[in-house]
Amino acid sequence: MNAQRTPLTSEHENARAQIVNFSGWAMPVHYTSILEEARHVRRAVGLFDLCHMGRVRLSGDGYADLVDRLVTCKTRNMKTGVIRYAMLTREDGTTIDDVLVYREADSIFLCINAGNRNRDLAWLRTHAAGTNVVVDDLSDRLAMIALQGPKSVDVARKLCGGDPGAVKYYGFTMTTFCGMPDIMVSRTGYTGEDGYEFYFPAERAVDVWRKLLEVGAPEGLRPIGLGARDTLRLEAGMPLFGHEIDDTTTPLEADLMWAVDLEKDFVGAGAIRDLAARGTPRRLVGFKLAGKRVPRFGYVVFDGELAIGEVRSGTYSPTLETNIGTAYVGTASAGKKHLSLDLRGSREAIEIVPLPFYRRAR
Amino acid sequence: MIPNDRQYLETHEWAKKEGDLVVLGITDFAVKHLTDLVYIKLPSVGDHLKKGERFGEIESVKAVSDLMSPVEGEVVEVNSELVDALDRVANDPYNAGWMVKVRGGAISGMLDAAAYQKVTEADGH
Repeated sequence: MNAQRTPLTSEHENARAQIVNFSGWAMPVHYTSILEEARHVRRAVGLFDLCHMGRVRLSGDGYADLVDRLVTCKTRNMKTGVIRYAMLTREDGTTIDDVLVYREADSIFLCINAGNRNRDLAWLRTHAAGTNVVVDDLSDRLAMIALQGPKSVDVARKLCGGDPGAVKYYGFTMTTFCGMPDIMVSRTGYTGEDGYEFYFPAERAVDVWRKLLEVGAPEGLRPIGLGARDTLRLEAGMPLFGHEIDDTTTPLEADLMWAVDLEKDFVGAGAIRDLAARGTPRRLVGFKLAGKRVPRFGYVVFDGELAIGEVRSGTYSPTLETNIGTAYVGTASAGKKHLSLDLRGSREAIEIVPLPFYRRAR
Repeated sequence: MIPNDRQYLETHEWAKKEGDLVVLGITDFAVKHLTDLVYIKLPSVGDHLKKGERFGEIESVKAVSDLMSPVEGEVVEVNSELVDALDRVANDPYNAGWMVKVRGGAISGMLDAAAYQKVTEADGH
């Protein structure tokens, strides 16, 4: 398969990044080393090309009702400039995608996963059919670049109008950015650090990328690949579609009920209420693993001699300096402190620990 | 630079004749591709390696890779210090990062440095 290229893929190639196919996109997995890049984001600041992600705006008569019916989080009380994490769920409560919901004045903007772009759009459009709601796919027109790391605010201040330091966590503002007026600047992230996302016309992607690296040099700004991003998000206990959540998981099992409003009606609410009453057969847990070998997707988890689950993500954590992972395990075993896993033929003890593995001091 | 004193596999192992022994290791390209090495599993002295079969594994944060033997023969020496010094593989894969020495193996059907260089260019980014 020929991977799609973002407006920045050639920048990554020129920087001698190692490029991989991620969800159909040619993306940098690392520029130097995954661990080095992950450590750098925890102590300074990194730049991320997120153009592969999907960006959709819903507007027109009835858009607010439609979004409220499709996403799991409460949206009615969101003020303009507020962002919430949510999932799109099916009638049976399983997950189509996880999304960020941006409340705009007369519209709602969604940031969705690269690999789910087309089916999310199809889902939104199916539900919008026959209404006056406009589903506008901005993915190709808008570039998306993120800063992550404790020094993000120092870099953002150099290129943003107003004070980006005044934007609240999980909030956004419209301001000038790199000389462009009315650019959406949000403050979320997928690493557990402070950070910003910039959404701006795609044709400016290359010069904005270069400008950021130039003005951010004193703070140590450097590009970061998807490898470090995955390590950082796992340390921060953030789910990744295809791993902690997928077509078969419900928010209950994934421990994401904080992002679900069961008091409202949304597609999947009934099934999730039923499951909440009955209990789910499995739960997502976090674990630590001593030893040098890294736990990986699909490794079988045991309670005694009984296979009771499987690993969903695993990495060496440069912040904790140990191997960490997530796994789905049978509910009966989810409360245990010690389980084991089959690490390519050898049985290794794992310690079940609460998520997240890492939380920044604020 | 890819040393031209040895032969290569497309799977990025090298084999070098040293007296009546053959020394095996992996290439700098493989190391750069793996990055962040965390673990290596090597055979024991006395193990019999078969051509085209796995003789160990090397793991990085990113992935686990099999180490493929380009020769048949008996393992007579293992660089077991690598287990706690993977930086030797990372920093000097053609010398300090050697992995095993094999007796009996004839090198055949492998690539020379120029041909291997072409493989890495095709695999390039």
